[in-house]
Amino acid sequence: MDLMINGQTRRVTAEPTDNLLDVLRNELGLTGPRFGCGTGQCGACSVLVDGQDVAACQLEVGNLEGKSIVTVEGLGTPDAPHLLQTAFLELQAGQCGFCLSGILVGAKGLLDRNPNPTRQEVAQALAWHLCRCGAHNRVMDAVLLAASRMNAEPVR
Amino acid sequence: MIPPGLQANPSLDRWVGFPAPGVVRIAFGKVEYGQGALTALAQIAAEELDVAMPQVEVANAATGAVPDEGMTVGSMSVEVSGASVRAACAEVRALFVAEACRRLDCAPGQIDIRDGAFRLDGAPSGETYWTLSPAIDLAQPPSGTARWKSQDQHRLVGTSAPRLDLPAKMFGGGFIQDVVLPGMRHARVLRQPGPTARLAFLDEAAAWKAAGDADLDILTEGSFVAFISSSEAAAARAHAAAEPTTRWDTPRDLPPQVTEAASLKDMASTELEEGAPVGGPSNRRRLQAAYSRPYIAHASMSPSCGIAWFEEGRLRVWTHAQGVYPPRLQIARITGLPPEAIEMEHAQGAGCYGHNGAEDAAYDAAFIASRRPGAPIRVQWRREDEFGHSPVGTAMRVEMTAELDAAGRLADWTTEIWTNLHVNRGRTLIEPALPQGPPDLPPPNQATAFGGRLNAAPSYDIPAVRVKEHLVINSPVRTSSLRGLGGPVNTYAGECFLDELAQAAGKDPLAFRLEMLSEPRARAVVERIGAVCGWDRRGPGGEGRGLGLAYDRHRDRGAFVAVAARVSVDEEVRLEHLWCVADAGLIINPDGAKNQIEGGMIMAASWALKEQVRLEGAGVASVTWEDYPILRFDEVPSVEVELIVPPGAPPLGIGEISLGPCLAAIGNAVAHALGARLRDLPYTRDRIARALLAD
Ligand code: FES
Ligand code: FES
Repeated sequence: MDLMINGQTRRVTAEPTDNLLDVLRNELGLTGPRFGCGTGQCGACSVLVDGQDVAACQLEVGNLEGKSIVTVEGLGTPDAPHLLQTAFLELQAGQCGFCLSGILVGAKGLLDRNPNPTRQEVAQALAWHLCRCGAHNRVMDAVLLAASRMNAEPVR
Repeated sequence: MIPPGLQANPSLDRWVGFPAPGVVRIAFGKVEYGQGALTALAQIAAEELDVAMPQVEVANAATGAVPDEGMTVGSMSVEVSGASVRAACAEVRALFVAEACRRLDCAPGQIDIRDGAFRLDGAPSGETYWTLSPAIDLAQPPSGTARWKSQDQHRLVGTSAPRLDLPAKMFGGGFIQDVVLPGMRHARVLRQPGPTARLAFLDEAAAWKAAGDADLDILTEGSFVAFISSSEAAAARAHAAAEPTTRWDTPRDLPPQVTEAASLKDMASTELEEGAPVGGPSNRRRLQAAYSRPYIAHASMSPSCGIAWFEEGRLRVWTHAQGVYPPRLQIARITGLPPEAIEMEHAQGAGCYGHNGAEDAAYDAAFIASRRPGAPIRVQWRREDEFGHSPVGTAMRVEMTAELDAAGRLADWTTEIWTNLHVNRGRTLIEPALPQGPPDLPPPNQATAFGGRLNAAPSYDIPAVRVKEHLVINSPVRTSSLRGLGGPVNTYAGECFLDELAQAAGKDPLAFRLEMLSEPRARAVVERIGAVCGWDRRGPGGEGRGLGLAYDRHRDRGAFVAVAARVSVDEEVRLEHLWCVADAGLIINPDGAKNQIEGGMIMAASWALKEQVRLEGAGVASVTWEDYPILRFDEVPSVEVELIVPPGAPPLGIGEISLGPCLAAIGNAVAHALGARLRDLPYTRDRIARALLAD
């Protein structure tokens, strides 16, 4: 089966009923999406599927052929970071960082459909993403900082 | 003076090395779990050596590779390990300066170092740490005479260096869960329904069927069962399929009422006492109140993971535990291997906030690997294992009695505490399942039972204070250290009760506190919190909006911390804003410190409004995020932190200082908003309604 992941077609040997999070981590070596609960309750595993911020642990790969899947690895790299990643590092938005892959993906989904969100809209969009370290305020500040920069320069 | 950590690991080469040109290697026994310890300690090293931060490489904590500094607990990394790192680096620097002086024929005063390059009278000398290094053997003990820098000489300490570990985590890596080893196999462990449960029937057929075509290996020893496969999904399926139909004899069966902190009063306890003798009869005004916190989950975002590999008689273990040396001893006990045959390496996990499942997952992996040599074994706990089987923070009930004299001053104070263990590293999850059973551990006593009485004596000048702890050692479920131990609960209780006393004395809570504070650093944070939160505009309250504050001296002798909270309350509590003013002495990394303080306040806010572990039946019954909600993005208050740094004050721990005062500030703000007092955490809708009715 072929999956469209981070703009590339990836052939996987998984069964259609296999779980997307397991396939991403164990077959494709994409460790960005994280196992946090396996029940769709924490957002640690989240990926964008056709722009929607969804729990990879709740998806079967058989339903995803032809859809665009974006993981945190698809946002940017240390050499070419996404504006969100730059802003998160600049504001040191995170403590242990375990929640950040999902949050970054969720924030990208939000900014793609609403480039100029209010703080409250950021809070609502990220509300299903849990962070135990209490980095919420810095995270929201970083998303707003990235948004302001995106609006100031052409989006990459 | 040589700090104790350096005394215990006295060879300088254990701490500092120059492995390659331009690289300084620093080793210490503390580990990173999101608190910024690595970065702060690297800053201290770079400061003393006069090298640049990018030149510092921090050795990953592994047995043999780093000094043994025990566990990374109690936010003591900078305070304790920092002192050793600083002293070791000052010693190393002095040795290199002496060698440079020999070579350059000059006096030490003529040398200064920049980015590791030695300058003679301000001009490049051609010597660097790396040119000098071959001539110096660092395998030597500290002289005890090297002088470290004074605060006015600092150029790196006191600046907000960005975290060294954070970038990897921004791009999808950085955690133990991401480690892949050749031929790695995945294991899931079937947990006993309580430590007394004995395996009666294992539904192997269900497991085999669920694993399908995948290879499956079932390891059973005593009541320990693991499903092992090269496919993680297959191991998980086998586990899930066998679990419901496997039968156990004598499972634990807890009545639901043990969920409540008050039930601790009905359990057998060991009595521990300290402080003033019981006062005689007096005609002073006497007030009493009882407060409680329920059992709290560490609730790490990542369920725990451990990896172990047993080959040719040597066991290698990767763990996100809070240290690498102490768990090695337990692994020796569990596997029967001598400690010398076990190598432990740290790999980062999510924030743990104390003793979560990290160690137990490593024990699972180590035991399985010891029985299945050859391939690396990776054990990944499920969310329900993390909630259900890692130790929890104990519930506490705190009853206080205070006496006010005729002038409305606090004259006498008694705190009585009911609690389970706060520090409990000896009892592992795995051992009750194994044939040998749990080890015989000496019962804790006044000297060894730690944590329950922290901040039980209020941080004020009170003529007579006594503390009595009823320590329930045989707890309904395993409890162990959670951020702050008993300190945050005692501060919560004491500081809320203090507001009640102020009210009884007809005094303003802020003024009432200042009356009893002679220590200038304490007064400074309390006065400042009043100024930043707009205390003088507080108003009488009772109309749904409230402002509250609280203060403590963390762990009775650490940082001075004040927090204020602004809330609104209708059917539930909405947190609007939190302020913190703290004096933790010298701050190594101000932004890192603020990050910890902010996070601590949000965690405390979450405890205050939402969190309660539910106990019933086999143990913890709240095993999903739905059963155990925490504060979310759309519920967190904004936060502001201000640090006061008195000149010359040594650094004090920072990682858990804001929780207690924050709990109490919220409690006091809610009471101000409602005109009625809630005493039992968390502040649920139900409790708010009841408090209003009772009033
Ligand atoms: S792991 Fe998928 S939502 Fe938690
Ligand atoms: S930073 Fe640790 S869970 Fe969010």
